[in-house]
Amino acid sequence: MLNASLKQLAAQLLEKKISSVELTEVFLKHIRSLNPELNAFITINEEMSLAQAQVADKMIASGQMHPLTGIPVAQKDIFCAKGWLTTCGSKMLSNFISPYDATIIERFNQVGAVNIGKTNMDEFAMGSSNETSYYGPVKNPWDPLAVPGGSSGGSACAVAARMAPAATATDTGGSIRQPAALCGISGIKPTYGLVSRYGMIAFASSLDQGGPMAKSAEDLALLLNVMTGFDARDSTSLQREPEDYARDLDKPVGQLRIGLPKEYFAQGVSPDVASAVEAAIAEFRKLGATTVEISLPNTRLSIPVYYVLAPAEASSNLSRFDGVRYGYRASDYADLEDMYKKTRAQGFGAEVKRRILIGTYVLSHGYYDAYYLQAQKLRRLIASDFTEAFKQCDVIMGPTSPAVAFNLGEKSGDPLQMYLSDIYTSAANLAGLPAMSIPAGFGDKNRPVGLHMVGNYFREAQMLNIAHQYQQVTDWHARAPARLPEA
Amino acid sequence: MQWEIVIGLEVHAQLSTRSKIFSGASTAYGAQPNTQACGIDIALPGVLPVLNYSAVERAIKFGLAVGATINSPSVFARKNYFYPDLPKGYQISQFELPVVQGGSIRIQVENAEKTIRLTRAHLEEDAGKSLHEDFHGMSGIDLNRAGTPLLEIVSEPDMRSSAEAAAYAKALHTLVRWIGICDGNMQEGSFRCDANVSVRPRGTEKLGTRCEIKNLNSFRFLEKAIDFEARRQIEILEDGGSIRQETRLYDANRDETRTMRSKEEAHDYRYFPDPDLLPLSISKEWIEQVKAMLPELPEARRNRYIEDFGLSSYDASVLTATREIADYFENTVKQLSAQAKLCANWIMGEVSGRLNKENIEITHCPVSPAQLAALLARISDGTISGKSAKDVFDSMWQGEQGGDADAIITAKGLKQISDDNEIEKLIDEVLAAHPQQVADYRSGKEKAFNSLVGQVMKATKGKANPAQVNTILKQKLLK
Repeated sequence: MLNASLKQLAAQLLEKKISSVELTEVFLKHIRSLNPELNAFITINEEMSLAQAQVADKMIASGQMHPLTGIPVAQKDIFCAKGWLTTCGSKMLSNFISPYDATIIERFNQVGAVNIGKTNMDEFAMGSSNETSYYGPVKNPWDPLAVPGGSSGGSACAVAARMAPAATATDTGGSIRQPAALCGISGIKPTYGLVSRYGMIAFASSLDQGGPMAKSAEDLALLLNVMTGFDARDSTSLQREPEDYARDLDKPVGQLRIGLPKEYFAQGVSPDVASAVEAAIAEFRKLGATTVEISLPNTRLSIPVYYVLAPAEASSNLSRFDGVRYGYRASDYADLEDMYKKTRAQGFGAEVKRRILIGTYVLSHGYYDAYYLQAQKLRRLIASDFTEAFKQCDVIMGPTSPAVAFNLGEKSGDPLQMYLSDIYTSAANLAGLPAMSIPAGFGDKNRPVGLHMVGNYFREAQMLNIAHQYQQVTDWHARAPARLPEA
Repeated sequence: MQWEIVIGLEVHAQLSTRSKIFSGASTAYGAQPNTQACGIDIALPGVLPVLNYSAVERAIKFGLAVGATINSPSVFARKNYFYPDLPKGYQISQFELPVVQGGSIRIQVENAEKTIRLTRAHLEEDAGKSLHEDFHGMSGIDLNRAGTPLLEIVSEPDMRSSAEAAAYAKALHTLVRWIGICDGNMQEGSFRCDANVSVRPRGTEKLGTRCEIKNLNSFRFLEKAIDFEARRQIEILEDGGSIRQETRLYDANRDETRTMRSKEEAHDYRYFPDPDLLPLSISKEWIEQVKAMLPELPEARRNRYIEDFGLSSYDASVLTATREIADYFENTVKQLSAQAKLCANWIMGEVSGRLNKENIEITHCPVSPAQLAALLARISDGTISGKSAKDVFDSMWQGEQGGDADAIITAKGLKQISDDNEIEKLIDEVLAAHPQQVADYRSGKEKAFNSLVGQVMKATKGKANPAQVNTILKQKLLK
């Protein structure tokens, strides 16, 4: 049951072999046994989850069955969910019970999916190891010494450890793909604007994009069908005809042209990751794909550009956490300014403060042109590299992360090393392109390796097709951490 | 030394939309604190702004009315600063690309016309209110006003006196109400002025260091604050000092301005384009649609009143002070076209006086334009005297006889005696009864004539047509 695909779970629910309440209990039990060690969830609320499962059972009984009805989904704690503690991984929101639902929570509720719990994450999604969470680090289910990646480390861990069949996540510079890679699962960040950001606590608005995490591309397609769609409450939401992301899953890979950026295979990739990725590409060649070397000359700028723009937006987005209306407020203060200072000094962790400071600096009078404006110009260059590349290929492949999961504490003292974890992923956010990571074997210490795929705008269905075909001939995605108890 | 005062104004006009600029909450004034602030207004985590296009439409209207360029695209930017009544920690405003650029306003000061250029007008959201009383050492925050749409209208430093500044502010105030984008209520803060004031030696080009004066919530305070500030700056300069660039607050009780914050203390607002809102594009079709909705503007009407009705520039200005007064005037004059001046005098005199006294808006005037026209027609055809007309107007105001002027004239017996024969007969009687005065007049005492007129009027209880009495009496005495 824990290893079942979404399609299999839906079939069991439809055939009444199991009820949503029973299914929810199975996963809650698994969470109870594993979460104390892995720390993937910040909030578990069995009562609320089971109440949703009961509603789902009624829907199923009355014939209102959607592919996700009755299926537990772990929700990243960045999404506001009515009545749920919604912390965003921060002390600042340690007392914030959301009075409203994010659009994607609403969409899952409408189809009768069950919120199985709120997953741990780097504070305000700022981090690549889940170590910046106020609620403690998440452990990698493949190796408890290793980080799960971040910022969606809790969601990745929950799916990898089979504590949830699927999870939501968000990706600002790689926060879906890097933890998916490090935890050996599949994750996709759609084209910017496809998934509503309403109710998703903002980190860097022009880069943030929600997306699903699951065991397979097929599951991702079903999740995307629910998560995407125009939302009038988000002005950056795109008005497009709804599409079925599962429609092309079974198409043969055929004449696919895979672009291999020479920059991605140059220095910096560890040999174990390189060989796993090369093996995956060889598999695609067997399926009929051809490869072409491409160049993304400005990609080397994506980390510096990202670390100007994302903190700039974050410094402003996080101004609302001031202790005035909700959330944490320092207990002793002399006056208003002192209240602000103490609240924000005590309520935010070190990484969040670092980024607020960087962001404030790059937007300051006298520095704006040199940093912010310059970074915006380079952002356009990075995006145009991709436009050029897609003239030669259908999809771009490479490693998701330069190395397998590192150890807890290994990089937490060195922000620059930590930032380089996003070296292959952040360019897709800067360009607004869809990108995903799928399991492609194992590297050093038997830790998972992810294959990174960037597609052209709105080519999610094609990317899922390619990934699904790969997952038909490989079983990396079906592997579960061996040490997990059987359910 | 002769000094020249240089003034530029920043006016915040609250746009009269039903809901806020980035949320669906109501903008109605005077509700219980924090009852008109939704999740977006209080900046809950995760909420996003969605632009209210009615606010944009009003900005376009304004831009067209002042002959400005409507920028497309224009860009919303975040102005970052911390204050408890600013929930997001930034105000959504426009910075580098405002929706309205350029344009101008014509003003009249002491019968001279002048053009004041506008720099720009941009859309932004208002903050909430901090309430510092009644909370025992704490402050209260009311976020009802947070997110209310504002159009900030910035002028060039084209004004040279407090009178010009007031005339400009009034012209702007008239215009925004005229085109229906702002209710102009200054007590409720719907129309707020800040003034940038500097002085320079007359005849020089270089602008002096300016101070910005805030909190000018009436035209009178605007004038007084500018006068005070200009005197203050001149005194400093004449004493050999220099002006510090700063923001100053006007204190109406003490009639003075005082330092609020210096340039050094000024915020670095760290403006940058708001990534939650796409650049605002405005199509030519939309602009054309808005143009078609625009009413005839005050300046055009003013000129028409001067040319078509022969009114003085002053009269035309008073009658176009608001669109409602102008409409009242036009509806009156429509039925009495040859008597525009009479209509103008009555509306500016009797009607306005009575409205002011009873604090009634002209749209609720108990005497309708048609009723007024009916009354004025009886003055012009000599049925009643101007003096009696005031009594009739008073009765109409009270609603007597359904406000029908003719019915009131009849009921009160106010009809003038305008029959030559009747008046001749009356005069003959008066002359016979007062031989002494007749003799006095004939011997050169002009005063005796007035006395005789008075006797005739007395005999008719004031109802004789005075012009006719004069003419006929003169003829009789000459015989």
